[in-house]
Amino acid sequence: MISFENIVKWIQAFLSAHLPHIWVLAVEAVIIIIAAIALFAILGLVLVIMERRVAAFMQIRFGPNRVGPWGLLQSTADTIKLIMKESIVPDNSDKFLFNLAPFMVMIPAMLILAPINFAKHFFIWDLNIGILFVSSISSISVIGILMGGWASSNKYSLHGAMRSGAQIVSYELSGGLSILTIIVLCGSLKVSDIITAQETGWWIFRGHIPAIIAFVIYMIAVTAETNRAPFDLAEAESELTAGFHTEYSGMRFALFFLAEYINIFIVCAVGATLFFGGWMPFHIGTWHAFNHIMDFIPSSIWFFGKTFFLIFLIMWFRWTFPRLRIDQLLNLEWKYLMPISMVNLLVMTVCAIYHLHF
Amino acid sequence: MFIVEYLKEVTNAVKSLATGMKLTGYYFTHHKEIITQEYPDNRATLKMADRFKGEVVMPHDANNEHACTGCTSCELACPNGSIKVITKFDINADGKKKKAVDQHIYRLDMCTMCGLCIEACPTDAIKMANTFEHSVPDRNMLVKRLNNNGSKIREGVE
Repeated sequence: MISFENIVKWIQAFLSAHLPHIWVLAVEAVIIIIAAIALFAILGLVLVIMERRVAAFMQIRFGPNRVGPWGLLQSTADTIKLIMKESIVPDNSDKFLFNLAPFMVMIPAMLILAPINFAKHFFIWDLNIGILFVSSISSISVIGILMGGWASSNKYSLHGAMRSGAQIVSYELSGGLSILTIIVLCGSLKVSDIITAQETGWWIFRGHIPAIIAFVIYMIAVTAETNRAPFDLAEAESELTAGFHTEYSGMRFALFFLAEYINIFIVCAVGATLFFGGWMPFHIGTWHAFNHIMDFIPSSIWFFGKTFFLIFLIMWFRWTFPRLRIDQLLNLEWKYLMPISMVNLLVMTVCAIYHLHF
Repeated sequence: MFIVEYLKEVTNAVKSLATGMKLTGYYFTHHKEIITQEYPDNRATLKMADRFKGEVVMPHDANNEHACTGCTSCELACPNGSIKVITKFDINADGKKKKAVDQHIYRLDMCTMCGLCIEACPTDAIKMANTFEHSVPDRNMLVKRLNNNGSKIREGVE
């Protein structure tokens, strides 16, 4: 049967039969780099068209429907346009930081890809502190945003970058606490362990109400961390033209734009792993026959299905809710989300200690 | 108590957010609600609203008769001089001279569609049409003569 697991095994066997050990690693690294970049490019194209269509339908419009069948080639056309555009660097900007910033946004996005399980036994590096790695690396991306905002020597950019800093620092707390809630349940930071722990049911069903509260808080926190509406204060086109990427154009802008969508994919993939069991099919306790039928659907389809469902949820938020003010944003985090998630974590710990979950 | 108020606030917030998401979710799943008109495709069935102001026209009836008396009220009412009424004197049956319209010149390129000329007209000789495809290769084509060739004033209109 063709599965990602078998393909990986086949490549591994093929390479080790023909090459010395050190070259096997090198060739595999190159394959992974190409695969990661291809995944990024495809995700960028797919998510942009998905966002525009979802937005259009929610606003009672059609959205792009002229380029290609159902407008599917619209984002490809946009990318070609962006490649051909001149990338202008402002005179007064700090040229080095200005050029570095888009890559500083992309690099953390690429790093977080490492521990994610895309399918059964299909990952880049299943390290034993996977979730800790994800949550620590994801906080680095704010440096790229601050760098871009500072180097542009534009007041809009600087303002957007500062807002983004305050926002990400705040929301990482409740995001981290809601991740901890699930870590408490399965007792491991390793992504594959978290997934195998959900073999008898996903945590969102087995963890009672605390897991659902943690999921809601996680979704709110990651929406804020990825700077998306209703928390898009860093961009806020009505107030700050485009916030931290006001001065960016052409491919540099495209990198920022792409990084936003990659970050959405990654936080949704982590959310799917924690709350919906990653690639784990929909299992109900000891109903072996039912579980076996569910196993026939490939694990990669489960993973991407769940991830895209969460992405749709985040898009749904974006096209429904109005943007918060900066004081409302910080109020929400410090007065509501953080106390609630702390109490929630406490309840969940009690549940886990007394085995009150299913 | 503070904690009760706090929890009430949280539940209200969740409820109001859910209400919003319910509406957008409804629109997302019900594509028949879409109000976008795909204009060049639906040109045959396109129906403009009656209140739409596209251009000033002078309706003529089957006998090529209009209701314009050449009083120049519309010309006086027009704020930017888009209308110029050139009048002539008709000699009627009992040898009396009577003022009548010779050419009703209307400049669509200058018109702001304010509709003051229609309000000023004492005989309802001109009205707003809801046509909107006005693009032409030469701007001189936008200077129009509203009264038809050989048309005359309808009997009984004073």
